[in-house]
Amino acid sequence: MRKVSLDSINKVFGKISESNKLYLPVDGSDGVAVYTEWSEGKEWSNALNTVRSPKDFFFPQVENLMEFKTSGKNIELVDIRDEKEDFVIFGVRACDVRSFDILDRVFLSDPVDSFYASRREHGIIVSVACSKPSETCFCTTFGIDATNPAGDVTAWKTEDSVYFKANTEKGEAFMKKIEDLTEECDDSAVTAQKEKIAKIMEKLPLANLSADAFGGGKTDTFFNAPEWDELSATCLGCGTCTFVCPTCQCYDIKDFNTGNGVIRYRCWDSCMYSEFTKMAHGNNRISQKERFRQRFMHKLVYYPENNEGIFGCVGCGRCLAKCPISMNIVKVMKKIGGNKSE
Amino acid sequence: MQVKEYKPLIVAFCCNWCSYAGADLAGNNRLSYPADVKIIRVPCSCRVNPMFILRAFQRGADGVIICGCHPGDCHYTSGNYYTRRRMAALFSMLDFLGIEKERTRVEWVSAAEGAKFAATMNEFAETVASLGENKRLEDLRCKR
Amino acid sequence: MQKITQNQLVEKAVSLLTDGTVSAVLGWKKGEFDYDITPAVFKTADEIKENFVWNDFCGANFSKYLVAQAGKHEGKILVFLKPCDTYSFNQLLTEHRFDREKVYAVGIPCEGMADIAKVKELVGDGIVSIEADGDSLKVSTLYEDAPALVNAKDVMAERCVNCKSKKHVAYDELMGEDGIVLESNRFDEVARLEAMTPDERFAFWQNELSRCIRCNACRDACPACTCEKCVFDNPASSVENKAPANSFEEKMFHIIRAFHVAGRCTDCGECSRVCPQNIPLHLLNRKFIKDINEFYGEYQAGAEVGLRAPLVDYTTEDLEPGEVFDRGDKDA
Repeated sequence: MRKVSLDSINKVFGKISESNKLYLPVDGSDGVAVYTEWSEGKEWSNALNTVRSPKDFFFPQVENLMEFKTSGKNIELVDIRDEKEDFVIFGVRACDVRSFDILDRVFLSDPVDSFYASRREHGIIVSVACSKPSETCFCTTFGIDATNPAGDVTAWKTEDSVYFKANTEKGEAFMKKIEDLTEECDDSAVTAQKEKIAKIMEKLPLANLSADAFGGGKTDTFFNAPEWDELSATCLGCGTCTFVCPTCQCYDIKDFNTGNGVIRYRCWDSCMYSEFTKMAHGNNRISQKERFRQRFMHKLVYYPENNEGIFGCVGCGRCLAKCPISMNIVKVMKKIGGNKSE
Repeated sequence: MQVKEYKPLIVAFCCNWCSYAGADLAGNNRLSYPADVKIIRVPCSCRVNPMFILRAFQRGADGVIICGCHPGDCHYTSGNYYTRRRMAALFSMLDFLGIEKERTRVEWVSAAEGAKFAATMNEFAETVASLGENKRLEDLRCKR
Repeated sequence: MQKITQNQLVEKAVSLLTDGTVSAVLGWKKGEFDYDITPAVFKTADEIKENFVWNDFCGANFSKYLVAQAGKHEGKILVFLKPCDTYSFNQLLTEHRFDREKVYAVGIPCEGMADIAKVKELVGDGIVSIEADGDSLKVSTLYEDAPALVNAKDVMAERCVNCKSKKHVAYDELMGEDGIVLESNRFDEVARLEAMTPDERFAFWQNELSRCIRCNACRDACPACTCEKCVFDNPASSVENKAPANSFEEKMFHIIRAFHVAGRCTDCGECSRVCPQNIPLHLLNRKFIKDINEFYGEYQAGAEVGLRAPLVDYTTEDLEPGEVFDRGDKDA
């Protein structure tokens, strides 16, 4: 394990930026943390997490797939992909790191999504353990340890230092770059922090939330539950939940007419929208209740069924904080799952 | 490499009954105005939807002008009164967002005012030229 | 901080439900924490007694739900309306969006709603409970042993700080006393922006709007946005887009949305409350309202049913569009 004093962390960022683009949570003008490219003067945010999840780096909200340029009768096909260099994402929380695994299972399974794969290959993830969980956190429900996140490098931030441990080859290469800025150390401070935070996690209001009622094979159990009517009654269908969610992965492919050609791009879509992936016929889920039900069944039943029991939710709590009407997966789990979820 | 000298692209929405006829008259009298003024004929100036104006800027226009009948003389009686209110609100909003106010204009041109049409277009093109290319409402995807 | 209590509202709702005046109740439902209130449709008295909540976090405006809910139930639906909500109610009625006969509206007084973001700024994270305590909020967190006492006025939502009216302009029944239309400072921030140079304004809005993720929460929460098929969802309109592909798209959506509701926006503040990225959208709408007030006379959408919105009206003496730029000297 190696460490650097918190005062010198900017030197680390500076060193890394010399060879790679470095992104980390920085407080924006509205006081909310957002992943920003580091440059001299930018301070690593103290916020628990960002509103926009880091899935944006591998699965951007808008990704240009290709461009057709027309001139007269000629059509030229242009490859406009842009991610060709290694980059570092620093400060990713355990929940968001798990979300990358969930997205990998979708995008990297056959046929492999080459856009996602290329970004994933170029990305180096430095995760940071949480030190001040929020009441909206429930990552433990899905077996995620906030005190020991996965990633190419795992980091822990204490009051005066940042500790690093490389987990993969990419991680080792990262650590090599900052070798002369860091020093060898034992893991006693990290162990102490892990214990302290684990105790706090136990006291979180949602600590006892269990996902046992859900999982693969439960489609028939829950599909026709009468509670869906009540839960979806006031859903606005706005899609905020899908856009802040680190695991939502649906997208639409659209053509934009530039006036002298077409750009084909992929953009996030939301199953909450009535125009979801509309092609010819229209949305097969014509009521908001059906769309609402679809989203939660996907995360709690369909995804685990297709993915060896792994749930499609990581307990990051963003939907709890951002839904305009405060509906979220926790309320759904408790209502539909009955006592088993308490 | 030859760099083309910047000439502003102006989109002019002209109402069929007055200002379009005014444009025709300017042509008949051989009064010249820049060829970069692209006229789009609409039945009445109130047909112009704010989205058209934004779309024009998106597709490369540097200035947008809406021409209609003089208030009180609208072929449809009151269309241009609505235009007046709508464009006042829209222009104020664009200004609020920091878009240069000289890029948009409403001008009342009657069918008999060929000279006014040409003069207006010349003056507007000059004003927009001095502002430079539209950067604040441009859509890079639509660049030629 | 609220003058009317949860018990009073629960009693009212239960009595109207049980005596058959209404067959469903639109109200606020208890959440996991004390501040995550969900609008809900209550059908039984037991549900109401167990889950109905009224506290400083009940900002949701129910008027828009009436479009979908009124007429969906056998009898009338009860809706609780704060003063700002009543303006949206009237505006929706003016536009014939729901059947007045199917709704029983109860006006309730409101002292202002709190903004949880402001609470967290003062108190920190890990909030376990929030209780009203006179004019304060008692907030307990995981990280402090003793609960913090926060002055409710310090954490009031911006739209409540600049409340424009405590008067209810629509109700079948009124609980508590009616208030009056207030002199508010709601145009101050707009005026401050107007006084900047165009370059400064452009930079400000670039910064704010670049955070937009096109979640459409603002549109979906707005009581003035009730089109069955929004132009941004309609492939035939050619502005349909699901993503803020670039800075032009971001501006296009917000300019057009603000324009579509101009003159019909009642300034209820829901758009800014629901925005997950904290974009001050209400400033765009307030700009239109301020302009309309200055150009065409004071107008408050929803003050009465049947008012004609200023942008679908005219006089022969209206100002010329070019004149809007001549007000005050503020350009570089």
